[in-house]
Amino acid sequence: MAEIVLKDIVKRFGDLVAVNNLSLNIKEKEFLVLLGPSGCGKTTTLRCISGLETPDEGKILIDGEDVTTRRASRRDIAFVFQLYALYPQLTAYGNIAFPLLTQRTDKKKIKEEVNKVAEILKIKHILNKKPKELSGGDMQKVALGRAIVRRPKAFLLDEPIGTLDAKFREEMRTELKKLHVDIGATTVYVTHDQVEAMSMGDSIAIMNLGVLQQVGTPYEIYTNPKNLFVANFIGSPGMNFINCKPERDSSGRLVLRILSINTHIQISDRIQKIILDKKEEEKELVLGVRPEDVVLSMKKEENYIETKVFVVETTGSYNIVNIKLGSDIIRVRTLPTVAPKVGETVYIGIDMKRISIFNKKDGNSIM
Amino acid sequence: MADIKLISLTKTFGDITAVDSMNLEIKDKEFFILLGPTGAGKTTTLRLVAGLEKPDKGEVHLDKVCVNNLSPAVRDVAFVFQYYTLYPNYTVRQNLEFPLRSNLRKLSTSEIDKRVTEVSKVLHIEHLMDRETVNLSGGEMQRVAIGRAIVRTPKVFLMDEPLSNLDAKLREEMRAELARLHLDLGSTFFYVTHDQIEAMTMGDRVAVLNEGKILQIGTSDEIYNLPKDVFVAKFVGSPLINLFDATIDKDTLIIDRKAMVCNIFEKQCSLLKNYNKKNLILGIRPEDIEVSREKQKDNSFKSTVYFKQSMGVEDILNLKINSIIFKAIVSPKLQTKVGETFYANINIDRSHLFDTETNKRI
Repeated sequence: MAEIVLKDIVKRFGDLVAVNNLSLNIKEKEFLVLLGPSGCGKTTTLRCISGLETPDEGKILIDGEDVTTRRASRRDIAFVFQLYALYPQLTAYGNIAFPLLTQRTDKKKIKEEVNKVAEILKIKHILNKKPKELSGGDMQKVALGRAIVRRPKAFLLDEPIGTLDAKFREEMRTELKKLHVDIGATTVYVTHDQVEAMSMGDSIAIMNLGVLQQVGTPYEIYTNPKNLFVANFIGSPGMNFINCKPERDSSGRLVLRILSINTHIQISDRIQKIILDKKEEEKELVLGVRPEDVVLSMKKEENYIETKVFVVETTGSYNIVNIKLGSDIIRVRTLPTVAPKVGETVYIGIDMKRISIFNKKDGNSIM
Repeated sequence: MADIKLISLTKTFGDITAVDSMNLEIKDKEFFILLGPTGAGKTTTLRLVAGLEKPDKGEVHLDKVCVNNLSPAVRDVAFVFQYYTLYPNYTVRQNLEFPLRSNLRKLSTSEIDKRVTEVSKVLHIEHLMDRETVNLSGGEMQRVAIGRAIVRTPKVFLMDEPLSNLDAKLREEMRAELARLHLDLGSTFFYVTHDQIEAMTMGDRVAVLNEGKILQIGTSDEIYNLPKDVFVAKFVGSPLINLFDATIDKDTLIIDRKAMVCNIFEKQCSLLKNYNKKNLILGIRPEDIEVSREKQKDNSFKSTVYFKQSMGVEDILNLKINSIIFKAIVSPKLQTKVGETFYANINIDRSHLFDTETNKRI
């Protein structure tokens, strides 16, 4: 098992900077997710780690050893692709055994190893089947088996479950996480799906336009996003954003004026201090609040905002009440029993202990 | 506006029965959702209603009239596809006007103008009207595609996964927009998806479809809280429902070779009398397992955290007892760690029991 270090990696394709000065430490046994929209440079980063691409600048160290220019086959890393590239003429057994055959392992040992892997992946019953007889999920398990059987230093996975049905993807998320817990290998996993990233990663590195935006545990990234991009990308239903501007109320207290409806809300002393310390008093700001941190009330309370219900969505385990603030939709997560009528007047309060505030111009958090 | 009625509708392609004697009644003004995995027969059903496919058996009724022999053009339904098929060299306005210029309609220019303007307001695309569609984002294109369907004021809207090509954020916003649009238009929506969250959040009623057969029809609340069989229980809800092998022994429920033994209430005992000693499947949703540090009075079982999925708003704990692993939802405030011991408290009142042989709810 291995530690992987990326130092100031740059990779260009013509005029396009696919990866721009990326530094990242991936600890031994860590499950790191590279997350971002298509074109953000996450797959290119993975290909640089594997040796399928050579970076234009920077260094890649595996277990302290500089492997930047070493060939892919000599890095002892296993790569699993989105589209399971299995040998169609071989059985599942043959596919999993293949990397060992090329290493000239003896037959008895191969059988032992393949069976061990099949046990972990719970695919013993399909070992005699050929890929075309298998479902998408089983094929992906065989592809994983072929990667595991070599016992490589690290696993690189590129959207391995991206092509599966939504429901099956959910099962595979748990299976993959469990697999990582059981074999404990360093894993770098690429996806554009924030739910996958949150549910599987020990840590998440979010990229956009080739630039690393934030690295942290899922909880850190969720509760303390560094900028608007991260805040917007993580969480479902997504974070609410409210444009506002600091101003003084009649008593001289610093408050936030909500621009779309021209009312102000009071903020805590702590947040007043942050805005003043960071010299953001004159700037346009964006107040970010998660749907579970907005409180819905049927009667007016202090510092609550009057609005009307736009539409209510039920999911079974919770409801999402959509309300309108000017032309913006604000989502409130409630218990499944809370279901106000469309058009009904309600009041919303914001849990000021759990908000984020961003500078509108550069998008960075001021917290 | 109209109701839709399908009477033992069947469609086969070679050996495959895509739709298997389906009976369905969709009420006027209802937002009805057909939910199922890939290959369940959802799209075929929609195409049969539109008239793009001919059924082998059975009837399609629109507004109480059998339309089996009517061509798609005169059925007066609007179809919105997964891949928004807009005319690329036309502006948004021209795309919206197009269906109104059909010879079937004979509308005056001022009437066309009026309708197009109304629709553009409903969908918030007034500012895009003179742009060519190639210069629009995915969400904007899908709005225009929906607009082109609305502008005709058809009897019913047929929608085939219209949101599945949008990115996650936009899909979320469009869900609320579509649900509201349905209320504002007051027309019948027949909507097909494989995404259970879309079905749950938008539909007045949902039908769960698998292998051409409808397994259950109900409100999202009924489907979630009273699933009729194991397939429905698994297909709806995220994280996935926990399923255990179980047997009943008088007033106790034995879960997975005595990993857990639950007491059951008297009123349930009498209901389950006929199932004594039989093999059953027990389903419990992750939010119906409460997790505590201290042992509680009833049905409280010692377990260890095998691994944890941190979703931000909640943590999904994967708990282990003997060889079984199951999920429970806890608040991040509990600050659980892998390897720690907790008590899993099974809310037996909220559990679902299914017959192992038939997979049906007991």
